[in-house]
Amino acid sequence: MADHHDHDHDDHAPIEEGKAPTEFDLLEQAIRELLIEKEIFSADDLRRQVDKTDSVSPADGAKVVAKAWSDTEFKAQLLSDPKSAIEGLGYDVGPAPNLVVLENTATLHHVVVCTLCSCYPRVLLGPPPDWYKSKQYRGRVVIDPRGVLNEFGTQLSDAVEIKVVDSTADMRYLVLPPRPAGTEGMNEEQLAALVTRDCMVGVTFPDSPVN
Amino acid sequence: MSASFKVGQRVLVKEGDPPGHIRTPFFLRGKPGTIETIHGEFRNPEELAYGKDGLPKKPLYLVRFLQKDVWPDYGGAPSDTVCADIYEHWLDAD
Repeated sequence: MADHHDHDHDDHAPIEEGKAPTEFDLLEQAIRELLIEKEIFSADDLRRQVDKTDSVSPADGAKVVAKAWSDTEFKAQLLSDPKSAIEGLGYDVGPAPNLVVLENTATLHHVVVCTLCSCYPRVLLGPPPDWYKSKQYRGRVVIDPRGVLNEFGTQLSDAVEIKVVDSTADMRYLVLPPRPAGTEGMNEEQLAALVTRDCMVGVTFPDSPVN
Repeated sequence: MSASFKVGQRVLVKEGDPPGHIRTPFFLRGKPGTIETIHGEFRNPEELAYGKDGLPKKPLYLVRFLQKDVWPDYGGAPSDTVCADIYEHWLDAD
């Protein structure tokens, strides 16, 4: 249950009535109870942290992207010092791993993966989707990124360099997608509505206002 | 301990298969790459995973690899790359 750190647990698993706990469930329960018993943290601290982690959603990332599209000074700060930039918008980064923002352009397309587990920019996107944690995605996007992007409906010409970024350690990567054409004059709220979770991982583009 | 490698420098990921909480992906071990970013210094996850303090901190880099250097049969554009965060003690100068 408790998804209070940055590894792979599915906190949107189906209802498990009647299912025996797995070895990992029991391990998590034992460690949690010990930590509470030893007063390292309280049950209430844990509940608050889970609540906080789960309350983040891709809408938070979308607001940041829309702000970067609208404000060149903020965009420069977001790329050079993402922590300060998002704290300036009121996000509480806390002890979260370091964030790096990767700008996708007409000639360079980043796509993010964690081949070792499921490291993900939770501080702005919340928990990762199931496909991001699947062995299929993790194993294949590093060896055949164009094939995998194609399966997401994303076709890129060979003139575009695809850079797969594997978040193997202390950094978490968020993609800043290119601002779609036809969005001149749109405000931040309208722009944020075009920014999907998947385009901030780099498997697709923002929605187009034309569609 | 400060970073020994510079941005743009050619490096070679060490081979080997030590036991433990290793963050260097298998598919990049033994591969040549280029330092893309110096991230700074972080506690060593190989030690942290076992309840140790992870000190001294280790320099961490984003290392860029040409796909064709990683996968000889790579079918995409020759400029396509894959990057990963790799600790200094897993890198040699190439």
